[in-house]
Amino acid sequence: MKYAFYPGCVARGGAPELYDSALAVMDRLDIEHVELTKAACTGAGVLQEKNLKMGDILNVRTFAMAEQMGLPIMVLCSTCQGVMAQANHRVKRDPEYLAEINKHLEDEGLEYKGTTSVKHLLWVLIEDIGLDKLKETFTRELTGMNMAPFYGCYMVRPSDALEFSSNPQRETSLEDLIQSVGGNVTDFAGKTACCGFPILFINQANSMKMVANHTGTAKDLGADAMVTPCPLCHLNLDGYQPKARRQVRGDKADLPVIHVPQLIGLAMGMNEKTLGLKKHIVSTKKIVRMAEALPSKV
Amino acid sequence: MQANLKVKRFDPADEGGKTWWQEYKVDVHPDSTVLDSLIQIREQDDGTLALRCACRASICGSCGMKVNGDAKLVCKTRVVDIAPNGEQLVIEPMGNQHVIRDLVVSLDTFFSQIQRVDPFLQPDHVPEQGEYIASNDSMENLLTSMNCIMCGCCVSDCTVLEVDANFIGPAALAKAWRFTEDPRDSKRDERLKVLNDEAGGIWDCTRCLKCVEVCPKGVAPMDRIMELRESAIEAGNTNTPGYHHTESFYNSVKKNGRLDETRLAMDSAGWTNIPRLLDLVPIGIAAMRKGKLPPLIPHKSEDHKKVKDLYDNVEGESS
Repeated sequence: MKYAFYPGCVARGGAPELYDSALAVMDRLDIEHVELTKAACTGAGVLQEKNLKMGDILNVRTFAMAEQMGLPIMVLCSTCQGVMAQANHRVKRDPEYLAEINKHLEDEGLEYKGTTSVKHLLWVLIEDIGLDKLKETFTRELTGMNMAPFYGCYMVRPSDALEFSSNPQRETSLEDLIQSVGGNVTDFAGKTACCGFPILFINQANSMKMVANHTGTAKDLGADAMVTPCPLCHLNLDGYQPKARRQVRGDKADLPVIHVPQLIGLAMGMNEKTLGLKKHIVSTKKIVRMAEALPSKV
Repeated sequence: MQANLKVKRFDPADEGGKTWWQEYKVDVHPDSTVLDSLIQIREQDDGTLALRCACRASICGSCGMKVNGDAKLVCKTRVVDIAPNGEQLVIEPMGNQHVIRDLVVSLDTFFSQIQRVDPFLQPDHVPEQGEYIASNDSMENLLTSMNCIMCGCCVSDCTVLEVDANFIGPAALAKAWRFTEDPRDSKRDERLKVLNDEAGGIWDCTRCLKCVEVCPKGVAPMDRIMELRESAIEAGNTNTPGYHHTESFYNSVKKNGRLDETRLAMDSAGWTNIPRLLDLVPIGIAAMRKGKLPPLIPHKSEDHKKVKDLYDNVEGESS
């Protein structure tokens, strides 16, 4: 199994523990990868507000690079997943537009034919590896650990560009993963809502209410941790949780927010250093202790 | 087939204002919609169940409610499509709006939002003869927004309205877009300025795509809001953190091939806005202590100069 690996800006910037834990887990799963070091940012939907075509050119350029290698793209970020899926969806159904974009890529010897697929690590685990095979790599069951899923908008919408109708398993991918490690799903309505990150610097009061509502509600429902496939959600839900909880609920940040590869890394028996669990703003000590107290399968 | 419904009830006469859940099982025709099932319950099993509907053909916009957590027109939603094996359907009134009784919400929130955007044409002259003439293309361009049937589904599920009742909201902003794009209107610049400056305006949208997903008519309100942002910037409205955020992001990728997170935070705060910059300090220190402060000098993607060339090409094309 081999992928053109697109870790995204945040895994290489503000959430380095995501990159490190993903590499550790991919290594354990024998997932081969070639990192797309020449690829540009997806634009995250923000660049697209100013110039949609520029965003599409950058993403099509990345698709063409992977196509030349003959590899599907793997991402680590819900936002990368969604923005790339939308760009792919737009150009695939409009050959004229694709031709116009390809013109810009001629200088680099690139031409996108429309065959590249983009898959988040979460979908790779479920669709390409399969939960049964994944479970064989686990050395302990995270029994009794309550995990609240938090998808990140662009992992679930727009459902047509994300091809949900032909891939219905995507709708419950995070819950299924949590169950595969032996954890309990703490279900709550906010799991597919906005984390508030996109307006963090624009309307911080609203952003803080979102962080406090989601983390507070999940905690009230008994969650020990929240799991997210989106490092942008992580930056807000983890990084700003102390401020948000103090400001909005008058309580303390007490809900660790972990990345998808950290969740399965814990089930694979990896230690907190390998998984970068000490790099979180909200302490992960409690869940690491819970995991370590569980019996190892021999 | 059997429809298995769990309905959220509310009776305004109940002094405590409590809501409760009630379960119903009804045998329905295989082609039945969720609305058919609810009407059948009301007519045959429980005359106290309140709901609103009229056309039953997804034209009138009366029967918006939440089905399994998402706002839908229930006349457009077949039971067999979402519960083929008799799975329980959870039916609630729409969100972000005042519930009058059971599944009926007040339209006051919706229409007070619409009223905020001056939803009427404001031409600056009366044609000397005949009607105001607009080109076919210009009218076709408006179709997305004009398809709105004012059902309120987008308002129901808007993640910003959930935390901020002052947000103008997706339906009203899509309506506002329609007037900024209408060639017969003379107030485009004024409209854009208000939408840009006002608290609860275009920059408060989180781009979560919920409204696009739940709109039964393809209005795609969020896409309209993004077009309003682009138009507002083009019209010279460059005074908001939202503008600085977009601009910084755009330029960061142009320069580095990727996002410079530190710079994005500072640019959005505004380099002369000392309180907002100071606000970033604690989170910066916390991140540094955990060994994860984004680099102060940004990483660049390999070949970032090629990205810059692409930008220059595209910008040259449009100027």
